[in-house]
Amino acid sequence: MKVILRNPRREVEVAGQSTVSEVLRALDVIPETVLVIRDGELLMKTDAVDENDTIELRPVISGGGHL
Amino acid sequence: MKCRVCRERASIEIRRHHAVFCKEHFFDHMRRQVERTIHDYRMMAPDQRLLLGVSGGKDSLALWDILTDLGYEVDGVYIELGIGGEKGYSSSSRLLAEQFAKNRQLDLQVVDLADEYGFTIPEAAKETRRVACSVCGLSKRYVLNRIAHDRGYDVLVMGHNLDDEAATLMGNTLTWNMEYIGRQRPVLPATSRGLVRKVKPLLRIAERETAAYCVLKGIDYEVDECPLVGGNTGIRIKEWLNQMEAKRPGMKQQFLFGFLDRASDQFADAHQEEVELTDCTSCGQATTSGECAFCRLQVRMSDGG
Repeated sequence: MKVILRNPRREVEVAGQSTVSEVLRALDVIPETVLVIRDGELLMKTDAVDENDTIELRPVISGGGHL
Repeated sequence: MKCRVCRERASIEIRRHHAVFCKEHFFDHMRRQVERTIHDYRMMAPDQRLLLGVSGGKDSLALWDILTDLGYEVDGVYIELGIGGEKGYSSSSRLLAEQFAKNRQLDLQVVDLADEYGFTIPEAAKETRRVACSVCGLSKRYVLNRIAHDRGYDVLVMGHNLDDEAATLMGNTLTWNMEYIGRQRPVLPATSRGLVRKVKPLLRIAERETAAYCVLKGIDYEVDECPLVGGNTGIRIKEWLNQMEAKRPGMKQQFLFGFLDRASDQFADAHQEEVELTDCTSCGQATTSGECAFCRLQVRMSDGG
C-alpha cells in the first residue's frame, strides 16, 4: 500500500501489513504521534488495510506554529 | 472498535481516558473537556470581550470552533510573521485562518509584523543569531498582549494544549527554571501594568485530539510544520513524553495536573510579576526593567536589519 508521510511530504510503499497497528509498527511510528487517514476518514489501530489502500500518516506534534 | 456511548463505529480512541468515541460523541467529549476547564479555573465568562490568538493550526482553529459552539463570542487575531516568503508557511497559515473566520462569519484581525514593527521573524533570527522560536515567541507574546490591551479585550485566549503544557513544564523542570515554573498556570491574571488576563482552555486536551477534531469536523488547518522549527527543544521533549505515554497512558496528564493541583503553589514565590513589573520606557507595556525585550529587538532591527 501507499503511505503518505509529512514534514517533509513523501510517499513510501509498505507491503505485508493487514492492520493500522502493523503498519505503524513496521514504520516505527508511535500511534499517539499521528492520525491515520484514508479517504478523509480517521482509522483506528485495529482497522484493516489492504494492498490497494493509500493512507496518510499525519503527524500531530507541533512545535512552533501555534501561539 | 465501538463508541462507548452509542456502540456505533468508533473514530478515535483516547487511551488515557479508557475511552473510544464515534465522531459525534467525540465532539461532545471535546466540548465537555473545554467547558470543565473553563469552569474549574474560572477562566472567563460569555459576557467578557475575548480575543483568541489564531495561528491557522489545529489547536487555535479547534478551540475557536468549540468556544463558538459553547456560546462564547470570540474574536481572533492572526500575526503575520513573514515566514517562508510570499507563498510559504505564514501565507498559507494566514489563508487557512482567514478562510475559517470567513466561513463562520467570525472577526479575524491580522497584524503584519513587517508593516507594524518593521521586521519579519526570519530577519530577526538572522540579525540576532538567536533560535527563530525564541524571537518568534517574544514577538507573539508582545503583539498579542498589546493588541488585546489596546483594543479593550478582557481576556486573551490561547490554544496551548496538554502536550504543550506538559512539555513546557518538563523543559523548565529539567533546567529548574523556578520563575518559569512558577508562571506556568492555566490562568495568568491581568496586572495593573497592562498585562491582559491570559487563559488556556485546551489544557485537558492532547494535540492528537485537536488534530482529530479538525479532520472529523472538516476544518482545514496548517498541517506542515514551521520550516524554522528545526532544533526546537520543545519538540524533542514532546517526542520523549510520547514514548513514555505509549507505555503508560495518562502519564502526561498526571505530570501536568499533579503539578497544577499539588505543587504549583510552592513555586509561587518565584512568580511575583505584580511586584516586580514596571512600564517599558519606550512603549509603556509591562516589563521587568527599563526598555522591554521587544522594543530592544525592534531598535536592533531598525539599526542593523
